[in-house]
Amino acid sequence: MAFSDDVRRIRAIVWKDLTTERRSKAGFNSVASLGVTILVLFGLALGPDGKALHDAAAGALWLAILFAGVLAFNRSYQVELDGGALEALLLYPGARWAIFAGKLIANLIFVTLMLVIVVAVGIVLFSVDVPATWPRIVLIMMLGVVGIVSLGTFYAAMSSRSRAREVLLPLLLYPMLIPVLLAAMSATKALLFGDVMNEAGAWMQMLVIFDVIFLVATFLAFEYVIEV
Amino acid sequence: MFPAHPNQFGPPKPAPAWLGWLAFLFFVFAQVFSVVTSPADAMMGHLQKNMYVHVPAAWVAFGAFGVVLVASLYFLWRDDERADLLAASSAEVGSLFCGLTLVLGMLWGRPTWGVWWSWDARLTTTLVLFLIFVGYLALRSFVEDPHRRGQWSAAVGILGAINVPIVWMSVQWWRTLHQIQSNPRGLSPVYLRGLLLNVAAFTLLTIWFIWRRYEAARYERAAEHAAQAAALGGYNA
Repeated sequence: MAFSDDVRRIRAIVWKDLTTERRSKAGFNSVASLGVTILVLFGLALGPDGKALHDAAAGALWLAILFAGVLAFNRSYQVELDGGALEALLLYPGARWAIFAGKLIANLIFVTLMLVIVVAVGIVLFSVDVPATWPRIVLIMMLGVVGIVSLGTFYAAMSSRSRAREVLLPLLLYPMLIPVLLAAMSATKALLFGDVMNEAGAWMQMLVIFDVIFLVATFLAFEYVIEV
Repeated sequence: MFPAHPNQFGPPKPAPAWLGWLAFLFFVFAQVFSVVTSPADAMMGHLQKNMYVHVPAAWVAFGAFGVVLVASLYFLWRDDERADLLAASSAEVGSLFCGLTLVLGMLWGRPTWGVWWSWDARLTTTLVLFLIFVGYLALRSFVEDPHRRGQWSAAVGILGAINVPIVWMSVQWWRTLHQIQSNPRGLSPVYLRGLLLNVAAFTLLTIWFIWRRYEAARYERAAEHAAQAAALGGYNA
């Protein structure tokens, strides 16, 4: 009974956040465009040598997702704060973690959609040959995105309500995400080059471990962060 | 919730002056002793002396961050603002020693390895830890409300501490999958004695620094409470 209420609450928040995004579109369009722009800039910094671009494709892709994603996380709370809606959200009866879960899932969908666009552009710009093991790359991308979004949604709950939110979120978030980035970049790169050293599996394990630890930690800590 | 009255905990226990003097004199003694008694290293020469400041600084930096973790957990558990102030003081001192570790390591690395920086697991993890705590201190300076500041920075401190072993593991893998790192050699007792002496001296210094900083933080908070109360036309503190 109580749990099904929480699920309904989560679904309502996800639906609300995504509807806001769908109706305005400006947010998603600008964030996705920024992701593509960052890829272009990486191309300019690393190119025009085709091999160098090809070697750096995995790293550039993940950094583009990270840099653009950060904007999405602050937005997700900023929209609430502008209308004074976060207080109202907190006043509704029910568990606080449901708010976090709702925002987390909405951000996951948002970043995944952006990822599809950025990856498609990246394949073209960096002349990536999609390997036969592409389902594993998709899996790694999902695991990486879960890590980035869970910590991003968590830290944005603080940074969006502080002074200097633009600088504070990346400052807090980027050092924390180093294991995710290293693992995701290395695994993606390994798979793009045929995984000759058989290392992608180990990196995938690390992603799973990171995701589980920080999903649990952020769900536990969110209560303390949102109540004040 | 925080106490309405600034003197609920009474005035902080001041760090005794003798402890400061003891820490300082012990530090001077340990430095002189270790530099004088240790012979020039076969490979590194007198560069080896850097070990007596670099390694203890690294140890106390990690120790100070351990204090941040424990104090943050205690703060979330008991909502005792003294734990928050202890965590903040410890994070400041820890960041100082962490920065010192990095700079001293670079000064040693340049003549020894020929480069200022190497992306090995220990260096990179120390740098990441430093960055995490720079973020922690930045967060504290950007949040006005003391209770909010306490809760938020405790969460950041705990998550940051959890991440340290994971960062270490990931960098280790990243390195070993590409290039093998040389193994540290065993330490001869001549050097070990000086090292342990300096670790003790640095630990004493760190305790003194944190204590002093904590004392100041307590007075700052008491002043904030008093100003708040005065603004509300409250009690005569």
